[in-house]
Amino acid sequence: MKLCCKVNGEKVEREVDPAARLLDTLREELRLTGTKEGCGKGECGACTIFVNGKPVDSCLMLTIQAQGAEIVTIEGLARDGKLDAVQECFISEGGVQCGFCIPGMIMAARALLNEHPEPTLEQIQYGLGGNLCRCTGYAKIFQAVLKAAQLERV
Amino acid sequence: MTTETRWIGARVPKLDAPAKATGQVRYLSDLSLPGMLHGKIRRSDRPHARIVTIDIGQALAVPGVHAVLTARDIDNVAFGHGNDNNAFKNDIVRCIRDEIAAVAAETEEAAERACRAIQVTYEDLPAIFDPREALQPGAPVLYAEHPDNRPFTYSYGHGSIEQGEAESAFVVDNEFELTWVNHCCMGVSAILASFDAEGRLTLHSQTQVPFLYRRDMAAIVGMDPADIRVIQPTIGGAFGSKLDIYPFEPIAVHLARATRRPVRIVFSRQEEFRASPTRQPAIVTLRTGCDRQGRLTFRDAHVLLDNGGHTSWGATIPFVMMQTVSSLYRVPHVRFACDVVYTNNPYSGSFRGYGNLQATFAVEQQVDMLAERCGLDPLEIRRLNAQHSGEETGQGLVFSTCGLKDCLDSVARQSDWAQARSNREAGAKLRRGVGVAGLLHVGGGAKIYRSDGCGSILSIDDFGKATLVTGSSDIGQGSETVLAQIVAEVLGIDIARVRVINDDTDVKPWDVGVHASRTSYVAGNSALMAARQARDKLLGAAARSFQVPLEELSLRDGSVMRGSERLTALDRLVRSLHFSERAELLVTQAYFEPASVKQDSEFRGNVSPTYAFAAQVAEVEVELDTGVVRVVRVSAAHDVGKVLNALGLEGQIEGGIVMGMGYALSEELKIVQGMVLNPSFRDYHIPTAPEVPEIRVEFIETLDPTGPFGAKGVGEAPAICLAAAIANAVYHATGVRFTRLPLTPERVLEGLIAAGLVADLGASPCQA
Repeated sequence: MKLCCKVNGEKVEREVDPAARLLDTLREELRLTGTKEGCGKGECGACTIFVNGKPVDSCLMLTIQAQGAEIVTIEGLARDGKLDAVQECFISEGGVQCGFCIPGMIMAARALLNEHPEPTLEQIQYGLGGNLCRCTGYAKIFQAVLKAAQLERV
Repeated sequence: MTTETRWIGARVPKLDAPAKATGQVRYLSDLSLPGMLHGKIRRSDRPHARIVTIDIGQALAVPGVHAVLTARDIDNVAFGHGNDNNAFKNDIVRCIRDEIAAVAAETEEAAERACRAIQVTYEDLPAIFDPREALQPGAPVLYAEHPDNRPFTYSYGHGSIEQGEAESAFVVDNEFELTWVNHCCMGVSAILASFDAEGRLTLHSQTQVPFLYRRDMAAIVGMDPADIRVIQPTIGGAFGSKLDIYPFEPIAVHLARATRRPVRIVFSRQEEFRASPTRQPAIVTLRTGCDRQGRLTFRDAHVLLDNGGHTSWGATIPFVMMQTVSSLYRVPHVRFACDVVYTNNPYSGSFRGYGNLQATFAVEQQVDMLAERCGLDPLEIRRLNAQHSGEETGQGLVFSTCGLKDCLDSVARQSDWAQARSNREAGAKLRRGVGVAGLLHVGGGAKIYRSDGCGSILSIDDFGKATLVTGSSDIGQGSETVLAQIVAEVLGIDIARVRVINDDTDVKPWDVGVHASRTSYVAGNSALMAARQARDKLLGAAARSFQVPLEELSLRDGSVMRGSERLTALDRLVRSLHFSERAELLVTQAYFEPASVKQDSEFRGNVSPTYAFAAQVAEVEVELDTGVVRVVRVSAAHDVGKVLNALGLEGQIEGGIVMGMGYALSEELKIVQGMVLNPSFRDYHIPTAPEVPEIRVEFIETLDPTGPFGAKGVGEAPAICLAAAIANAVYHATGVRFTRLPLTPERVLEGLIAAGLVADLGASPCQA
């Protein structure tokens, strides 16, 4: 089928396998490998992307479901060469270790801040509850999200 | 000796964080090569069986399939620590992960389809699933060469247990049981193998030990090690899991050789749970004694390790377990014996802490039990028995620096210990408790090979940029950043002008690998040596060309300084060396070998040049009606020698603590009759964000005389003692001792019911 959608602000029109997972289409067809597969079952959140502004596990979505949608992946989060505040704070606050979960984690954190610009620690913990990380113990990730919220307030 | 430092001790963000936070980093599963095929492995679904027939006819007929291989198609060299593993199993499968065949195909789907189409018939053999049964007379035998099912035994002692018993006023005796735990690296196991026109092999691999890996792989696939190049793309977590070669790796090489195409194998998560190594399960029988004053008199340990169907590094964890039994606190009389036995369960590898979580869980609970018996506070008995700097233990470990007492004092302060200990009741349905545990671990490698060294090559180019080529590897822990800090500090340049290359065996000098908490110490010292040589060369050249005394010169802010006077910029000076009659390049190299020794046949000797110590306090809440244990706060103090990167260090410690909490409360690979019942994140629970407790961390700086700037390794330590601290806290809260992990609600509730704390409401619906 012909997929027509917007990915990271750019129009995409191409023949794709409609039954392929959106995750695979992004990674293999569009070579956007920033989005990671951690489990393939919607249990780890590593493949989180935005579809029409909402965070979605792209391993649970078929490509055909993205018809006409507006998609943002980790590669599209920076604007005009400037990193998103969440990305900046993950870097400065030590939120990144091996980094494999980080693209999905950053997308989930961005979604959380879009909904709760001034989150409590508890809101952050529950907001990221679907994203697994094995390296950091999450503490520095919470710190990064709090800091990003702070930066965006001023 | 305190000198002002710019980079050492600072909070330096990881150098690779920007690439990771923007999705630009390429992990192995992101890599592909032109013409690349996808490899898939057909594994056994029987725990112990003779393979009668393998029919690959239908698999070969699947469109897109290029090769289907079995043991018959390759020179199936035995490998592994027990020399009991093969790429493909020849005639007998001994656990459900065992590899029988593999497919290379154009797409992953085709490879999967072909794998399923392989027809295997088996003849089941009697199996062993309980390590205790393996030693019974008449038990099924897994390997004819080991009729007693016992491929390895360990025995260590110092002093005399009889004397220790005679000197004891109190003795405690328990059996502790530890289970299988999966590493759960977020990036699954993967490899990409490709041959060039001249038959040289390039492996894009996740290995933590690239040089040993190259040697071992060469032997397995029948090549000259010099013809194998190992490239290490960014790793999605390792934690020890990539310390060995596993069958999927030579299988990828065999597939690439057979198809003459690059072949990539990437596990599924389910496969990762079923077929990657685990933390080693253990049954620890331990007796500890102390005198009336609480001074430890003896420890007598027997450990039974379930080796599974083949041998990986899990079989060698007694090396580390015995160190904790012999040397965590002063113990005059020690005996340690271990039997490693074959069963038809999956096998274990190395995992952060390397047996120390298991040993510490037993040792540190018994310290608490003895404290209670002799009426001492848990912190008091530990302070009483903790060693000082300069002590040598019965096993010959030399604690050049030992901050254990300072760690205990720190966690007492941080947790407001006395107050927390007296505040147990939190309501009729909720109990509060607080518990402590300490730990000892190697802090600068472990000399188990002839060398525990690391090489470095440092060059400064004519633009003043420094490139450190280090033998060490970064598995996400941030060693790249720490090494760059060391170079920047010595050369007086900005860290942005330091590049670290650490990912290619064709380029980098030798190193043992990432294990035994050695990288900051060993690779750090190596980088420090190379950087100091470069500094001396630069200052010597400046002294010559400016005709000034050498001792008045220093490097700062990218310049050569004489006091506060800027003599020349670094890049200018380097150019003046390059493009002069001296024609001198600014390249230095160093090989650092720690002053540790290989232990003798009785396991004595100072195996690491320095040791890491820590104490952690866990504050918990226990719900009486449900058995749910919640960790509310963890206070940790770690003897790190010297803080190199405060941000990275906190991250390591927090990550280790949460990993330790998973070990304590929820993580258990459920293996029944050799089958893994919970191969998914839904059914195997690692800690998630909402469960993370408040974590407080304090660093104890003991300034180790041989560490780089005084630093020790800390990578493994944070995960080691929390399970013991939590179990001690649960005991404090409820008065019930748990000797088996994990402390799931079900297990805790059972214990509470047995102790009469909660009414037994009869069989649960699940049992009915």
